[in-house]
Amino acid sequence: MTVFSLVIINKAGGLIYNRTFHEGGLNKLSTNDYLVLAGTFHGVHAITARLNPVKSAPERPLSNTPGVPGGILTRPEPPSGLEVLESENFRLQCFNTLTGVKFLLFTDTTQTNVDVIIRRIYELYSDYVMKNPFYQLEMPIRCDMFDRKLLSHIREINNR
Amino acid sequence: MSNAGGSGGGSGRAGESRLRYPSNGKTIYHRPLNRTKTAELSKAAFAYLFAEMVSYAQRRVTGIQELEKRLNLQGHPIGLKLLDLLLFREPPRSQLRPLNIIALLHFIKINVWTHLFGRQADRLEKSSNPETPDEFMIIDNEPLVNAYISVPKEMSQLNCAAFAAGIIEGVCDGAGFPARVTAHTVGDTSGSNGSGGTGGAADGEMWPGRTVFLVKFQPEVLEREALIGAKS
Repeated sequence: MTVFSLVIINKAGGLIYNRTFHEGGLNKLSTNDYLVLAGTFHGVHAITARLNPVKSAPERPLSNTPGVPGGILTRPEPPSGLEVLESENFRLQCFNTLTGVKFLLFTDTTQTNVDVIIRRIYELYSDYVMKNPFYQLEMPIRCDMFDRKLLSHIREINNR
Repeated sequence: MSNAGGSGGGSGRAGESRLRYPSNGKTIYHRPLNRTKTAELSKAAFAYLFAEMVSYAQRRVTGIQELEKRLNLQGHPIGLKLLDLLLFREPPRSQLRPLNIIALLHFIKINVWTHLFGRQADRLEKSSNPETPDEFMIIDNEPLVNAYISVPKEMSQLNCAAFAAGIIEGVCDGAGFPARVTAHTVGDTSGSNGSGGTGGAADGEMWPGRTVFLVKFQPEVLEREALIGAKS
């Protein structure tokens, strides 16, 4: 079980973070290719979110007409779009935050608890990137502290 | 209540109204604002607030020195006020302001640090350099203010704990020990001028955020200290 690499894409589809944890798992790409990968994935994700078949609206009791007190107005969950992409050699899990940041985690196909790992990465991101006064929103992430915590977290998983 | 008389003569009552103390001697100043048992504050809230303080200080400065100066100034009044508060909260017999340098530094290391950060500072050192007997070092392995801060490479000399240094400076000034306090990241060659480098490199690996607060007292403080020492 190995975590290969992490890619973070901002809400405009730009690559803001890219790190490989395990050499030899995936082929190396050039920086430009990573940028293209991020942009392409962003586009594909947007399309898949639209493709999502419309769920039939939940049955509502008659009293629940909008504006009538007592009826709870429910907004349908936003369509999630592409979540997992799997091939023979790797598995790509995408975690789309409510603010539109995407975390892509490349793992091997046997890795378990990927959603837990990815949530932990999101937590590290909100701690060590968003609370850093020197980070500008939507810009590439260059935070030593984030790198350090992320590496030690992933190393722990990869050595398990 | 003392003002039960009810007539309009305000001038007559002004003399008798005075600050009332509760019978057990514990005033509002003895209690922390936070009444819960564990008395915890949100670290995240502080982190966001401090991040904004840093970017506010950064807005109109030209250099790193000036930025540190501004952070220092933001902390200074806190230190001045904190000294009074902490001394006031001490039991009445020990409500004495520190009278020599060592007592002052211990007061900062223990009381001030515990009040601010919930633990003591990690180490207290005197400069080993004989040319600078006025320099003392308070060492914190991972300052709370820097918990989430990564300084970009082009500003590597900056240490945002300059804010905490300002607080220390305020405490020193308030206690009558005028000093200049600066914060340095260990391993940072600038500013530490060789005095803080004892074993710093090895420990720096383990504590990447380790910060040295360099307290440089004014010459008159040393002079007075020498006189006191000679007398006793």
